[in-house]
Amino acid sequence: MSTLTLSQSKPVDRPKIKEKYDHFIGGKFVAPSSGEYFDNISPIDGKAFSKAARGNKADIELALDAAHEAFPTWSKTTPALRSKLLNKIADIIEENLEMLARVETIDNGKALRETRAADLPLVIDHFRYFAGVIRADESTISEHDEHTVSIALHEPLGVVGQIIPWNFPLLMATWKIAPALAAGCCTVVKPAEQTPTSIMVLMELIADVLPPGVLNVVTGFGPEAGKPLASSPRIAKVSFTGETTTGRLIMQYASENLIPVTMELGGKSPNIFMKSVADADDEFFDKAVEGAVMFALNQGEICTCPSRILVHEDIYDVFMEKVVERTKAIKMGHPLAEDTMMGAQASNDQYEKILSYMDIGKQEGAEVLCGGDKASLNSGLETGYYIQPTIFKGHNKMRIFQEEIFGPVVSVTTFKTTEEAIAIANDTMYGLGAGLWSRDAHELYQVPRAIQAGRVWVNCYHNYPAHAPFGGYKKSGFGRENHLMMLDHYRQTKNMLISYDKNKLGFF
Amino acid sequence: MTDQKYTPRVILSEVAIETIDILRKRFGNDLMFHQSGGCCDGSSPMCFEKGDFKVGTSDIWLGDVYGCDFFMNQDQFEYWKHTQLTLDVTPGRGSSFSIEIPMGIRFMIRSRLFTTEELENLIPTKTGEEVLEENQLK
Repeated sequence: MSTLTLSQSKPVDRPKIKEKYDHFIGGKFVAPSSGEYFDNISPIDGKAFSKAARGNKADIELALDAAHEAFPTWSKTTPALRSKLLNKIADIIEENLEMLARVETIDNGKALRETRAADLPLVIDHFRYFAGVIRADESTISEHDEHTVSIALHEPLGVVGQIIPWNFPLLMATWKIAPALAAGCCTVVKPAEQTPTSIMVLMELIADVLPPGVLNVVTGFGPEAGKPLASSPRIAKVSFTGETTTGRLIMQYASENLIPVTMELGGKSPNIFMKSVADADDEFFDKAVEGAVMFALNQGEICTCPSRILVHEDIYDVFMEKVVERTKAIKMGHPLAEDTMMGAQASNDQYEKILSYMDIGKQEGAEVLCGGDKASLNSGLETGYYIQPTIFKGHNKMRIFQEEIFGPVVSVTTFKTTEEAIAIANDTMYGLGAGLWSRDAHELYQVPRAIQAGRVWVNCYHNYPAHAPFGGYKKSGFGRENHLMMLDHYRQTKNMLISYDKNKLGFF
Repeated sequence: MTDQKYTPRVILSEVAIETIDILRKRFGNDLMFHQSGGCCDGSSPMCFEKGDFKVGTSDIWLGDVYGCDFFMNQDQFEYWKHTQLTLDVTPGRGSSFSIEIPMGIRFMIRSRLFTTEELENLIPTKTGEEVLEENQLK
């Protein structure tokens, strides 16, 4: 295919990034015990831009030592203090938003307009949210009879292990770290090996905020650093975002240690467009078209990517014409350029995998409505991982309708009735996200209730505000994030059952 | 081992063979694969030391690939069973517990549709539990 000549604004300057980063353990930067580092490759150009410490079991043990030393004190700090420190972290991130957004773009490959407008602002807000809710949090008390009182108090679980994905490196870390710290836990965090740098740049900024050992970050490869963390008998819980096989493996380790887990394991989210969407060619219709094109947000590397468009057959032509037109207008280019709308896929293997799905999609007879290939960009991006936003038309039994491609690829099919739309929507292993677009007040309530998914966006898509619980049904996992209920994912309940009766029972 | 009279469900590339050979020198002869689904590194095959990943009744054995059992979850298999998988390798940085990742490479799957004749002659599948029982008898 021909190479796309870029005509766009100049990329912004790269912030200073160190040649290499150590682990962050016990409040200090600690060299890996092996002395080894690995290259961190930027998806922008496929070139190494920094190195990360290659962690192993010894490093994980060191981090667990630090966390266990910190826990007795941290678990007894006042909510007021924990809240103040989380707010301080948020303030520091806010002061450094632009720099962190640029580092995140270099690390992950996503467009700067997304890290500036979504990733970093959400990071800040999630720290503030958990700083806020912990102040208003209450335990419960109940009087069972006039002499007997039950107090249900929260106590932090202890030292937890948190394994972070690479698609929103800082935001996904925040979703896990903020509630754990708010609840009074100490944590050992293992970032993804594709994106180990931005979190270390953040650690440099906030190194002195928390007491040493409360928050520890060990970089490295899954089998070498992730496995000893997830299988350690010294953790009280594992929180994981990733795919199903690793999720099962982590649950297997957790079963050996009898500890709880939370799992967020992806999806194949249906985005349903009812007939009434096209009742008028107005701003709502325009919003719905944008909602369908949301599959290209973050290059499609979102577990809730609306990767299946289900559209009523009567409006297919008028609706999809606009969706294809809008998709073709997506400006690809240098992720650090301010006018780039979609950047690079996060890694070479991801890039290859997406192309292999385009291949099987075509073999299965799906029709390519736009895109369908890699994007060959020039101007120094020839070796980066760029893929054209792609729309396939087909049916729901095709593999491109059933597997999470994790790229800018959407598959569209039609339905005749509401029942058929719901049946297709639920014909999937997963149940994380879904979208429902309609002008009909009854459908707006009834259809989302019938969809087996943890989050149904109604007349919107891809908003992730704090205080709206997020998590999966079916093989998309369990547990919720982004909400104060997360505090209880990191706490035990201590029940004190108290008798105020001076008289004996009279049994013995 | 793979029976010649059947069409295999999973085959592998030369570079996948070389990679398995390298991994065997470090981890021993007995390796296994489990095909993942879901986000991030999902939809990729994961390589483990045999027995590290516990398979059971919800897993389907697709065949023996260069001496390694290859499994997939039953639900996922329902959507994959009409395609032949080729185990291949690409440079890249996966993030999972698959043992080849520190080498800077990643196992991946390429797929093609079975022909009508092939579909009638596919290697019979077994559940993970049946494979475990057979292994115990050996």
